[in-house]
Amino acid sequence: MNLQLTQDGRLRHLLTLDGLPRAIITQILDTAESFMDVGEREVKKVPLLRGKSIFNLFFEPSTRTRTTFEIAAKRLSADVVNLNIATSSQTKGEAILDTVDNLSAMHADMFIVRHSQSGAAHFIAQHVAPHISVVNAGDGRHAHPTQGLLDMFTIRRFKGEFHNLTVAIVGDVLHSRVARSQIHALTTLGVPEVRVIGPKTLLPTGVEQMGVKVFHDMEAGLRGCDVVIMLRLQNERMKGARLPSAQEYFKFFGLTPEKLALAKPDAIVMHPGPMNRGVEIASEVADGPQSVILPQVTYGIAVRMAVMAMLAGTGNA
Amino acid sequence: MHASLPDANTLIARLADAIAPTLTPDTLIVGIHTGGVWVAERLHGLLQCVQPLGTLDISFYRDDFSRIGLHPQVKPSNLPFDLEGRAILLVDDVLHTGRTVRAAMNELFDYGRPASIRLAVLIDRGGHELPIRPDFAGLTITVPDHQNINLSRLDDGHLTLSLA
Repeated sequence: MNLQLTQDGRLRHLLTLDGLPRAIITQILDTAESFMDVGEREVKKVPLLRGKSIFNLFFEPSTRTRTTFEIAAKRLSADVVNLNIATSSQTKGEAILDTVDNLSAMHADMFIVRHSQSGAAHFIAQHVAPHISVVNAGDGRHAHPTQGLLDMFTIRRFKGEFHNLTVAIVGDVLHSRVARSQIHALTTLGVPEVRVIGPKTLLPTGVEQMGVKVFHDMEAGLRGCDVVIMLRLQNERMKGARLPSAQEYFKFFGLTPEKLALAKPDAIVMHPGPMNRGVEIASEVADGPQSVILPQVTYGIAVRMAVMAMLAGTGNA
Repeated sequence: MHASLPDANTLIARLADAIAPTLTPDTLIVGIHTGGVWVAERLHGLLQCVQPLGTLDISFYRDDFSRIGLHPQVKPSNLPFDLEGRAILLVDDVLHTGRTVRAAMNELFDYGRPASIRLAVLIDRGGHELPIRPDFAGLTITVPDHQNINLSRLDDGHLTLSLA
């Protein structure tokens, strides 16, 4: 049973990129492309989702993701309600469904869900009425599908194709839902070489089974790359004794102009944000000519519009 | 009943002749994807219009979106001019219910406030469901609802009309 697709293979919920068919991913990217120009208009709105209510259900704090979902929904003319819900860990399971039931009673059409627990969006998707769609905006270490999609959109915009690329994902893959979503999307789209680079303590065991090459050394890992994706290093990882210090990490795994020079000369540098300058990435690189970090944010709006429009077009079928 | 439709090029020429005396130099021609763009391209040439040609894809403005979903191949709208205060000639291949034209006008107004919009269609086939009528029509006929008029473009660029 695939919760994400309808019987006839259309998008029903967006929960993970794992197993999402290539045709659907491509359709989302193509649709996002046509939404790109809406942001340039005098009236930055199209009436597709007029009269629909979208609830941003954020059980975990977020600025960028929540804001871009909100802008995307508003550009589609939906009504948006933002809920930042602090959870008490004991009663989480019950509390989520109570919240969802209450909001459903307010005639919600779509939930955008961010939660610190893996599987939260799945859990809600299993529970909601048939006309309601759920978008996972990040669940624990599991998945962040719209981030993965906007990263694919960025790569396609700058590189055109996927079948001839070498892509490196650098840093804390172990705790990163972004990295998981990226790896699934890159392999589905036919990228022949996906690499993960990081210290042993920050790479999940058995990550090779996801179809990636593992490197523990930046010099070897970055050589010949077309795309370099840096991941955010969570400060709390330092306390967990997985790393000696931020300075030490930067020395070995921080992206500096010297290390970037090992990749192809036209390689692009991506980061899902928020960045730790001087920890995983040097400011010269983050603000440099090869950085596409700010375009990623802009593209995130078009990609989220595409996802919401496709879901709303199926939800009421 | 199944009388064959006239040649598309004849109709376009007829349409251009009708439009020409009324066309001001600042008029912007805008075609609606896909057939309307083909007709608009021809008119743009025949009328020797000096303004750039605009194109509209009205998929994001359709009123049947919640029933049929998003069209899989939405083309970007391209209006390479500021249409504030301008005269617009909106072009489509076939006028039927009028819903496409309504959607196109809604989209145009999201780009600015034109001074006027006139509508030119290759064929007005009747069956209107909205108070929308063409200012110029190459041909006015009545076609039963279950039939479709189709404009297609061959590889050599030739336009042909068919009834099915």
